[in-house]
Amino acid sequence: MTDQAQTPSPQSRSLAMNGFDWKRLSRHGGLIALALLLLINILITPNFLQLQTLFVNISQVATIAIVAVGMTLVIATAGIDLSVGAVMAVAGALAPLIFLSDFAQANPSLGLALSIAVPILVALVCGLFNGVLVAYLGVQPIIATLIFFISGRGIAQVLTNGNLQTFSHPGFSYIGTGKILGLPFQGWLVLVIAVVFWWVVNRTMFGRRILAVGGNEKAARLTGTPVRRVKIGVYVISAGLSGIAGLIVVAINSASDAARIGNLMELDAIAAAVVGGTLLMGGKAPIFGAILGAIIIQLVKYTLLANGVADEVALIAKAGIIVLAVYVQQGRKE
Amino acid sequence: MQPLLRMQGINKSFAGVVALSSAGLEIAAGEVHALIGQNGAGKSTLIKILTGVYRKDSGDIEFEGAPLNAQSPREAQDNGIATIYQELSLVPLRSVTENVIMGYEPRTRFGFIDWKAAHDRTREILSGFGIDIDVTRPLGSYSTAIQQLTAIARAVSLNARLVIMDEPTSSLDDREVETLFGVVRGLKARGVSVIYVSHFLDELFHICDRATIMRDGQTVAVREIASTTKLGLIADMLGRDPEEIAAAGMTDLGGGKGEAGELLLDARNLSTRRMLRDVSVSVRKGEIVGLGGLLGSGRTEAARAIFGLDRLSAGTVSTHRTPAGFSDPAEAIRGGVGFLTEDRKAEGIVPEMSVRENMTLALLPALAGKFSLDRAREEEIVKKFVDALGIKLASIEQPIRELSGGNQQKVLLARWLALEPDLLILDEPTRGVDVGAKFEIQSIIREYVEKGVGVLLISSEFEELVEGADRIVVLQDGVSVTELRNPGITEEKLIGAIAQSHEGAEA
Repeated sequence: MTDQAQTPSPQSRSLAMNGFDWKRLSRHGGLIALALLLLINILITPNFLQLQTLFVNISQVATIAIVAVGMTLVIATAGIDLSVGAVMAVAGALAPLIFLSDFAQANPSLGLALSIAVPILVALVCGLFNGVLVAYLGVQPIIATLIFFISGRGIAQVLTNGNLQTFSHPGFSYIGTGKILGLPFQGWLVLVIAVVFWWVVNRTMFGRRILAVGGNEKAARLTGTPVRRVKIGVYVISAGLSGIAGLIVVAINSASDAARIGNLMELDAIAAAVVGGTLLMGGKAPIFGAILGAIIIQLVKYTLLANGVADEVALIAKAGIIVLAVYVQQGRKE
Repeated sequence: MQPLLRMQGINKSFAGVVALSSAGLEIAAGEVHALIGQNGAGKSTLIKILTGVYRKDSGDIEFEGAPLNAQSPREAQDNGIATIYQELSLVPLRSVTENVIMGYEPRTRFGFIDWKAAHDRTREILSGFGIDIDVTRPLGSYSTAIQQLTAIARAVSLNARLVIMDEPTSSLDDREVETLFGVVRGLKARGVSVIYVSHFLDELFHICDRATIMRDGQTVAVREIASTTKLGLIADMLGRDPEEIAAAGMTDLGGGKGEAGELLLDARNLSTRRMLRDVSVSVRKGEIVGLGGLLGSGRTEAARAIFGLDRLSAGTVSTHRTPAGFSDPAEAIRGGVGFLTEDRKAEGIVPEMSVRENMTLALLPALAGKFSLDRAREEEIVKKFVDALGIKLASIEQPIRELSGGNQQKVLLARWLALEPDLLILDEPTRGVDVGAKFEIQSIIREYVEKGVGVLLISSEFEELVEGADRIVVLQDGVSVTELRNPGITEEKLIGAIAQSHEGAEA
């Protein structure tokens, strides 16, 4: 009996047959890819080892990483959130409307606080909407979040009359351009968010329940897991993090364009989560994997752009990465 | 007269395990023929060989006087054998017509589908069964019964000579069952034969002409329904002498109440929309109460209703701590009740999670501190149960899917024992585990009962019930009909009670 528990798992047996170590590749594949990307860039990209390059990449990757953390939680429950980009647009459109208002001009610090708090709050409500659709009305996640994916950006454009809002507001811009200990503010924010949600997933009851719902929903229900509340929870978190990401984008640009904020972000975030080792069928939530995934996606984009490859080609490269990541995942399963 | 179908001396083994041993089946033209037997008796293997899903190892099949050796379900269908499965293989979003004529569409001169002819033909087929519906609407907008009938209509329109129905009434309500019976009679009137597989013996007496009874992979009897009784069929299924069952069942039924032990669970007159009609059961401290009955009698459904998984349409559940019963499993768990599911894979384990995480899933609220779970206490509890239950594993961090069935079952049992429950509902606690683990699990249960836990035990193994339970509540068709108490319960008495109550219910 004892030896039975220690017999090699199916994976290690299959690798013996394939002669290829899928398990190790998929566990360290992300780090290997990152190392390769860095090496290639050091060799071919001009000025890659400049501090400025680091800052640009950190500020670019921050939004993807933050959204990818929320996406990872949603996917861990076997769901998906297509509305993240649209929620970013709504939050990003709201913030300038608030701090540029007469009220905020009269009460600068209260105005600044509101211009951060209100958009995030609105984002949370969007997440609640998604969550209720999925958990109570039984709408498939991809459809439920497609509703906001389509309508959210429309709402953002209606809010701003489709205008590009430009502004100069040092207080608000700190979110996008501020530095702590010489590194961009949003880099630190990513770190804090990642640590907090790593803790949630690995150390709290809520985190354990997320994995249980994604791993076997019936078993979760039978053991008293409030399945609906858990599902609503992850969509609310995902939307809240998207709201924060929307604010960062606006702050970096000192401008808010509802048509462009968070455009195609859902694909970047899903790609980052998948590259990071999140299983699309649920039950796994590797938070730092998602951060690593976001960094890889960002670096690929940067590498191509910095070497003069067209944006369109960069998109194709991104698709290639996703396919590769899913392929490696499949290999691990068999 | 020559039979429509004759299967003789069918043998089939799966990886050395004998599933069918010289089994046979004979169906006359225009006959409704029941195929019955306990789980694992070989009914579905026999059917699947007939319909080309499995290949027989040896034996002869003759259909309409010619040898038949279907290599695929499609080939069986082309030969006039149609199967109506429980999970329908139709397209709910397409119209009724499209579902009926799919693959055999009438064409116009120009090669397009002749919709008018198609609708007309569909209407004609359905009205032949007394069904008058709008055939242009999506199939999914109709009830399960109508969908099932559409599947049958499709089969008939393909000129099926033999229709196989596998548990056709399991998801139908009473009225829908009547409609289905009407259709079965309609088939019979057209000279189409029906093989009717069902766990509900009552139904057989309504619509079947003969029954073939299978046990342990063999055909043990063929009975004329008109000249047999339910008791007779059950005796055949279980391989007992009906008179012995009847005699044993007459004595020592019921008995007075009044043992010690606080009342833990008192469920009265439970009924749900589908299965339960009137089930009452109580459990006292330190007592094992068995739920006896054939498959489909409502045992699992009663357990689910008590645990708050299924909504009650009538009746009350009260426990010593929560007089109002439970509206969901979380409440039941807080009320000191645990529920070991019969379906370990689908409802029990979370395969990717570790043994530790699986074991403490129901215990999480007790482990939750202000900011995080108490990992030290969690590990301590898990290790304690791994030792106490003798769970064989490499590490408590090992994914549970890597454990053997018996060890998985022990982890799930520990999941509930760790809650220190007052009442445990155990649905087939030893199903699919090896003999050693089975004995261990039984003795663990006994040990906890001696400490005062009350157990509601569901088991298809009569031995387990007879030896383990202090009392056995016998269910039949969703009704608790009688109660046996130990000492004095024998397997014969239990079987007798199950059969007796059948007879009683009819009277």
